[in-house]
Amino acid sequence: MSKILSMKELVPTIYEAVVEAPEIARKAKAGEFLVVMPDEKGERVPLTIADFDREKGTITIVFMTIGTSTYKLAAMKAGDSYYAFVGPLGHASEIKNYGTVVMVAGGVGTAPIYPIARELKKAGNKVISIQGARTKELLFWEDKLAGVSDEHIITTDDGTFGRKGLVTEPLKEICEREKVAVVYAIGPIPMMKFCTFTTKPFGVKTIVSLNSIMIDATGMCGGCRVNVGNETKFTCIDGPEFDGHQVDWNLLTSRQKIYLAEEKCSLEKYVEEAKK
Amino acid sequence: MSPAPKKPRRKDKVPMPEQAPEVRAKNFLEVPLGYDAEMAVEEAERCLQCKVPACVCGCPVNINIPGFIQLITERKFAEAARKIKETNALPAVCGRVCPQESQCEAQCVLNKMGRAVAIGRLERFAADFEREHELVQIPPKAALNGKKIAVVGSGPSGLTVAGDMILLGYDVTIFEAFHKPGGVLMYGIPEFRLPKDIVEKEVDYLVKLGVNLKLNEIVGKTVTIDELLTEKGFHAVFIGVGAGLPKFLGIPGENLGGMYSANEYLTRSNLMKAYRFPEYDTPIVRGKKVCVIGGGNVAMDSARTALRLGGDVSIVYRRAREQMPARAEEIHHAEEEGVKLCLLTNPVEILGDENNMVNGLKCSRMELGEPDESGRSKPILIPNSEYVIESDLVINAIGAGANPLLTTSTPGLELNKWGYITADEWGKTSKEGVWAGGDIVTGMATVIEAMGAGRKSAMDIHEKLMGVKKAIASPEALPDDMTCKL
Ligand SMILES: Cc1cc2nc3c(=O)[nH]c(=O)nc-3n(C[C@H](O)[C@H](O)[C@H](O)COP(=O)(O)OP(=O)(O)OC[C@H]3O[C@@H](n4cnc5c(N)ncnc54)[C@H](O)[C@@H]3O)c2cc1C
Ligand SMILES: Cc1cc2nc3c(=O)[nH]c(=O)nc-3n(C[C@H](O)[C@H](O)[C@H](O)COP(=O)(O)OP(=O)(O)OC[C@H]3O[C@@H](n4cnc5c(N)ncnc54)[C@H](O)[C@@H]3O)c2cc1C
Ligand code: SF4
Ligand code: SF4
Ligand code: FES
Repeated sequence: MSKILSMKELVPTIYEAVVEAPEIARKAKAGEFLVVMPDEKGERVPLTIADFDREKGTITIVFMTIGTSTYKLAAMKAGDSYYAFVGPLGHASEIKNYGTVVMVAGGVGTAPIYPIARELKKAGNKVISIQGARTKELLFWEDKLAGVSDEHIITTDDGTFGRKGLVTEPLKEICEREKVAVVYAIGPIPMMKFCTFTTKPFGVKTIVSLNSIMIDATGMCGGCRVNVGNETKFTCIDGPEFDGHQVDWNLLTSRQKIYLAEEKCSLEKYVEEAKK
Repeated sequence: MSPAPKKPRRKDKVPMPEQAPEVRAKNFLEVPLGYDAEMAVEEAERCLQCKVPACVCGCPVNINIPGFIQLITERKFAEAARKIKETNALPAVCGRVCPQESQCEAQCVLNKMGRAVAIGRLERFAADFEREHELVQIPPKAALNGKKIAVVGSGPSGLTVAGDMILLGYDVTIFEAFHKPGGVLMYGIPEFRLPKDIVEKEVDYLVKLGVNLKLNEIVGKTVTIDELLTEKGFHAVFIGVGAGLPKFLGIPGENLGGMYSANEYLTRSNLMKAYRFPEYDTPIVRGKKVCVIGGGNVAMDSARTALRLGGDVSIVYRRAREQMPARAEEIHHAEEEGVKLCLLTNPVEILGDENNMVNGLKCSRMELGEPDESGRSKPILIPNSEYVIESDLVINAIGAGANPLLTTSTPGLELNKWGYITADEWGKTSKEGVWAGGDIVTGMATVIEAMGAGRKSAMDIHEKLMGVKKAIASPEALPDDMTCKL
């Protein structure tokens, strides 16, 4: 049981929870994730560690509501406890001085990218961040991300803030403009995929954080398997970060859709019960 | 009142009532219903109370079998359960899932003149009686000796170590990665073979004895073995993390949707209770035409689960029926319920539709060749015999390996070439203060073997930490010269 210390809606559909989890905070590193279960009947939901405070023994998670599990998480309040909160899991990001790094965050991906950007900045990199959102209203943590970046670019699909357009446009310009050592891209699958297509011609190493469906997250079930460089990998223990140029995106996309019908049914039931 | 005339001893076991196949194929309730008191007494009276009971040698934890059976004939059912618990802390579990036909019952002298005593059924009866009548007693505990033991994993091996050491006066903490304790008993073996509330009660009992249970802590991630031994102040660590790594066949199509490892399929269904979706949130692919690859108990459990979830199920196995490693009883139960066997059939490719979902399993036919070194006939592929079995769910139950998550985070722990932990016969590993047992040492074996390994490690740890010479708490009924005695 891990207690929620604070809970807030950052922007519509995106929530931030600070959780009491000293054992996990003691160990947490940028790039790792954890598994949270809202209640006994819930799923085991993987979420990235968006921030941690070793002294206070807290972990911050940020999530977007899309289905039953994330709705359940959003419905919980400060003082409530998660049924399970397990981690830290996966490999931490490899932090070293690469030179110039570009951090591309799409939507809720801003949260997982922030601690990596912070650590890379500390390690002496020149950090250029590109933060994308559909619209101004959905932008969050801009100050936090700007605070650890040498350059911070915001794009919105509808042009309500920053540059109008997709994150891949400034990404391309930067790659043309200067020598980039590494690109990190975290966000929705199509966004990560197009970032890798953008950097490919420049031969810039591009790391993505994959969000496959998981159960145990300890390498026991193989449910999270992805194809990277024509090899089967388990996202939970081999990842979640992989070389984006090697990822089989079609497979990942189709594996995300295995339970579409069930997810819809589950959400309808949840909404129905929430009304009562 | 004169005693009732003794019934002649029956040649065969008293049958155990079970749910009819057509009924049980549609529910997740336990299949065998268990003996009632009359049946148990009648079966117990078949036992000859041998002076040198061969059956005891067949039991990896040397339960005093004639002793507890005698108590059943005297209708001292709770006492019978306590007698079993002297050497086996999980009788309700073992009575249900032990392969008795190759262990205790295989050795029973009655095999020579009919059928063995139904030791497993009697064990189950006694344990169920004690639990259902709330007669479970907390045994006397030694005074705290000031030593702390960490147990990693709450499967049968870990539970046994915890149960033994708490009684010896240790401060015991179990670390379990999952949100529920029990290991394979919880996430692998289905409800219809081993009801989960029984496992929960057994674990509750340990907690009542004073065992600390830390769920959701992954050793190797949340905390390491070295930290347990230093910062956390544990005097010894027992590793019982099981063989939790799925094996894949390495054929095309293995990452399609609707293709599961048995680990994933059974974990979804048992641990996450996906068979009760949408009451529980975790979904599972409910195949209409299901192929299960493999011939062991895991394949049987997967097949029978898929059947209960509404599938038309075939087991695809590359050798012949006689070579299936599953227990005869399990194969029999599966067939009765309507599972089909496709023998001498080898999968070569999993086929998918435009959405990357499984829609067929391409197989080759096999024939049996000359016996190999192990004496088993090797299956040989018949050229050009490929055909496709229509299928929307394929479950791969070809075995498990050693999960590297904990072992790779523990320097100084010697592994064999397959990644299992190297340990001596008492479970002592190459690392100071660390013991290991169960499937992570032997590869996937049985519940009772994992428990036997746990018991040995507990005694060895006790000797190392407290200087108490080890001796398996052998039932006093055993003559001193019995060779199976440790
Ligand atoms: C290692 C890892 C780290 C993650 N970190 C975060 C995080 O920090 N914050 C966060 O909000 N999510 C994160 N995710 C994704 C998160 O786990 C899922 O959003 C969540 O499991 C969805 O559960 P649900 O029941 O609410 O929705 P479901 O009902 O399971 O899903 C609804 C639909 O949304 C699709 N979907 C699932 N995940 C995503 C996604 N990420 N983006 C778009 N569509 C998706 C599904 O395919 C499905 O069709 C992470 C995933 C992984 C594997
Ligand atoms: C489907 C199936 C059916 C079976 N049927 C039978 C049967 O009928 N009869 C029989 O005798 N045997 C059967 N077996 C085999 C039997 O279940 C195993 O041999 C036995 O459970 C092994 O016990 P164990 O203690 O070694 O580990 P397990 O039961 O595997 O338990 C290990 C535990 O450790 C936990 N763990 C793993 N890693 C970590 C970590 N890093 N930190 C903390 N915790 C961790 C796991 O979550 C798990 O709870 C079956 C196995 C399966 C899979
Ligand atoms: S524990 Fe298993 S092997 Fe031992 S007597 Fe009981 S059923 Fe037989
Ligand atoms: S060998 Fe058979 S008959 Fe003899 S004591 Fe054991 S169970 Fe009874
Ligand atoms: S989630 Fe089970 S192996 Fe990765």
